[in-house]
Amino acid sequence: MSPILSFERVTYHYPGNDTPALDDVSFEIEPGELCLLAGLSGHGKSTLLRAACGLVPHFHGGRFAGTVRLAGMDTREHGPARLGAVAGALFQDPETQLVTSSVRSELALSLESRGHGAGAVARGVEEVALALGIDALLDRSVHELSGGEQQRVALGAALAGRPPVVLLDEPTSQLDPVAGDELIGLLRRLNQEWETTVLLAEHRLERCLSAADRVIAMRSGRVAHDGDAASFLTWAARESPALQTPGAKLFALAGLRPLPVGVRQARASLRAHGLLPGDGHAEPAVDPAPVQGDSPEGEPRSNAGWRLRRHKPATALRLRGVWHELRDGPAILRGVELTLRPGETVALMGRNGAGKSTLLRHAAGLLAPTRGRIERAGRVALLLQNPGDYFVHERVCEETSVPALRSVGLVHMAERNPRDLSGGERQRLALAIVTGDGDAPAVLALDEPTRGMDREAKAELALELRRRAQDGQAVIVATHDPEFAASCARRAVLLADGRVIADGPATELLAGGWYFATETARILGGAGGALLPEQGVALLQADIALEALV
Amino acid sequence: MFTGTQPFFYRRLSSPLHAARAGVGAVWALALTVAALVLFDPLVLLALTLAVLGAGFGARIGHPLARTLRTAAIVAVPIVAINVLVSRDGLTVFARLGDLGPFGQGDVTVEAVVYGTVIALKVTLLILITTLASLAVDPDELLRAFRRLSFRSALTASLSTRMIPLLAADSGRLAEAQRTRPGGAPTGARARVALLGAVVSGSLDRAMDVAATLELRGFAASRRPPHRSHPSRLWSRHDIAFACSAVAILALTVLGRFGGAASFQAYPLVHMPVTAGTLALCATLIVAILLPFCDRRGIDP
Repeated sequence: MSPILSFERVTYHYPGNDTPALDDVSFEIEPGELCLLAGLSGHGKSTLLRAACGLVPHFHGGRFAGTVRLAGMDTREHGPARLGAVAGALFQDPETQLVTSSVRSELALSLESRGHGAGAVARGVEEVALALGIDALLDRSVHELSGGEQQRVALGAALAGRPPVVLLDEPTSQLDPVAGDELIGLLRRLNQEWETTVLLAEHRLERCLSAADRVIAMRSGRVAHDGDAASFLTWAARESPALQTPGAKLFALAGLRPLPVGVRQARASLRAHGLLPGDGHAEPAVDPAPVQGDSPEGEPRSNAGWRLRRHKPATALRLRGVWHELRDGPAILRGVELTLRPGETVALMGRNGAGKSTLLRHAAGLLAPTRGRIERAGRVALLLQNPGDYFVHERVCEETSVPALRSVGLVHMAERNPRDLSGGERQRLALAIVTGDGDAPAVLALDEPTRGMDREAKAELALELRRRAQDGQAVIVATHDPEFAASCARRAVLLADGRVIADGPATELLAGGWYFATETARILGGAGGALLPEQGVALLQADIALEALV
Repeated sequence: MFTGTQPFFYRRLSSPLHAARAGVGAVWALALTVAALVLFDPLVLLALTLAVLGAGFGARIGHPLARTLRTAAIVAVPIVAINVLVSRDGLTVFARLGDLGPFGQGDVTVEAVVYGTVIALKVTLLILITTLASLAVDPDELLRAFRRLSFRSALTASLSTRMIPLLAADSGRLAEAQRTRPGGAPTGARARVALLGAVVSGSLDRAMDVAATLELRGFAASRRPPHRSHPSRLWSRHDIAFACSAVAILALTVLGRFGGAASFQAYPLVHMPVTAGTLALCATLIVAILLPFCDRRGIDP
C-alpha cells in the first residue's frame, strides 16, 4: 500500500530565520492511520502540519528542502488549493478559520469554491453538520458561537468535502473536557468508519493517546521518536518527562510496568497487580496538599498559613446573587453566590458557554451586574484569554514597569518586541501588566490561561499562582484543564448555565467525576482524593508496602 | 462564551431591511452612498444623516449605529481642523493664528470651517451607511447572488464587509484588556495611537490567517457553480419597497444636484440658499428612505 502522506528528508527555515523549523524530517503515514504528533511548544509540530497541506512553503515562503507527498502529489508542484481537496486542516485559532458570516455558508464554502452544484453543497453541509452534531447551529451567525462551537464549525468546514486526510493542530485547546472527549471520539469514528487518515498535534496527550495508532514526537524540528503509544511512553519517561501523560507518570513513579496508554489499561493493570483502590484493599488517607493555602471552608491548614493571614480581611471577593441578563437575550449569570478568601486558590470550571468569562469580568468590574452585589477587598487583577490583547507597544519595557517585569522574570527581555516572545513569556508579561508594581491586587483572576501551553509552561504558571496565593492574594482561574486546576487550586467551583452547581475541595470535585476529573483520579477511582501522579503514588506505594507485608 | 453589549455584526433580525433580499439591500445602500457623495448642501446632508440613523432604528440596529456615530465624530473633528489649516480659499477671516511654519499664515476663514464640516459630514455619513449595510445586509446571500458573475470578486467583497465587525470586535477586545491595567486604560492621544496601531497590526495578522484558510478551502482554484444551481425566488413586498426606495433616492439625488434644489458653494464666500425646494428635497429624501420601514408584515426570520 502506498503511503498517503510522506516526508522525505524535509528541512525548512522560515524567512529570515537561521534555525530550521523542520530538520531532516522523514516518515510515512499509511491510509487510515490515526497518528499523534507530540512535542513541546516551538518544536515543529505546527510547521509539520503546514508542510503537509502545502502552506509551507507556498504560503509562508522560506527555504525548503526535501519532498512532501500528499496522496501522491508533490507539495512543491501543487498548491494548497489543490492539496486542500485531499487534506482538511484545522489550526489552533478557530476564529481566524471562519471566513463567512453564518455556519451554513461556512460549511458550504469549500464545496462551492470547488464548483459543486447546489444539491451537492446542501447534502454535504447537512451530512457534516449531522456527523459533528452542529445541525442546530446551521443558521446561527459565526460571531455568536462560543469558542468550542467555533472549533467544531471550523472542523466541519475542513471535513465538508470528506477529505481522506485530516490535519489538526491542537483542536481541543478551547474545548471543555466534555467537548474535547466528544471531538476525539468523533475523530476515532471518522478514522474507523470512513478510513480517514488523521494527523493530530496535541499537548494534552492523555486525551487522545489511547485512540492513536502511532505517535511521532518532535524535538528541535526533528523526529525524536516514531512508534506506537506504548513505546512512546517508554521513550518519554526516559528522554522527555514533560511529555509523559499523568497516568504514565503515576506508574513510572510507582515503579509499575507497562506504562498505561489510557485509563482503562491503567485500571486493568492495577487490578492485575491487586493494587486498584476500592478493589478489596484499604485506602490509606493521602494528604494531597500541593499548595500552602486555605482549605475550602476557609479554615487554616497550617499554623504558618494562619499567621500569614491572621490580620487580613476575611473576604477578598464576594458575589452576592449576581445576575447578568442581556437586553433582548438570555441571562448569562443567574444569581451567582461566591466568596473568595485571601490566599485561596479556586479553579472555576464548566462547559463552554457556562458563564465563566462573564463571571470573571464582573469580579474585575468590567461589567456591572443587572441584579446583585459585588464586594471587593481591593483591586481585582484580571488576565483575559488572549495575552496578545495587552500588547500595544513595540518594546516589552514600554508595556509595564521594570519592577513588574522583574516580578515575572522578564527584565532581561525589556528591549524585545512583545509579539516575538514565546507563549509562556507572553502570558507572564500580560500577568506583569495586569498586576503592576504597586500594591498587590487582592484578587488575581485568570481566564483560560493555559490555552496552547505545553506541560512545562503550565507547571511554571501553576507555581507562580501558588506563590501569589502564599503571599495572600486570592486566585481564581477559569480553566478547562483538570490537570492544571488540580496543580494550582485547592477549591473548585463548577458553573453550569450561569449557576454555581458545585463548590467544594478540589480533591472531591476533581476526583469523583468522569469529565471534570484528572487522569490520576480516574485511574484510582477518586480514592484518597489523589488528583496528581505525585499524590496517587503515595496511595499506590502504601498498597505495595501492604502487599509486601502480606 | 462572553456576551456583553449588542453585537456588531450581521444577524438576521425582524426588520423590513433584513427581510429584503441581500442584492436589493445592497443596491439601496449603494443609492444612499451615491447621494452622500454627490450632494454637498449641508442641510441635505444633515437630512440624509438623520434618515440613515432613522433607518438604523427601523432595522433594529440603532444602538450600534449610534456607537458608530460617536466613533465617526473622532474622525470628523481632525478633518475640519486640517481643512481649516490648509485651505487658503475663503475670504471671511475670523481668526489670525500667525505664522504656522509649513502651513504658512494661519488665517482661519468661515468658508474653510464650513467646507471642512461638509466633508466631515460626508465621511460620517459614509461610515454610517457602510455600518448599516454590514449589519443589515446578509453578506453570504450577497456572495451567492454575485458568484455567477465572479466568485472570487464576490467573496472578496463579502470578506471586506465582514472586516468591519471583526475590526470592531478586535478593538473592543483590546480596549477591554487595557481597562484591566492597574489604574485603568491609559488615556491621551499617544495611548489612542498605540491602541490603533495594535488593532491594525492585529488585523494584518488575522488577514494572513484568513488568507491561509481561504487557500486551503480552494479559493485560488475557485470554479463557477453549474448554471441555475439555485431555484429562482419571488420578489417579496420588502424587495419591491427597497428597490423603489433606491430608485427614488437616486432620482432625488439627480434632482438635487442638477435641478438646483441643493446648490451649495463654499468658496470664495459661502453660498447656501435655503429655499422651499431645498426643504422639499430634505423632506422627500427622508420619506423615501424611511417609507419601506413602515411595512412590518412578514419580517420575522
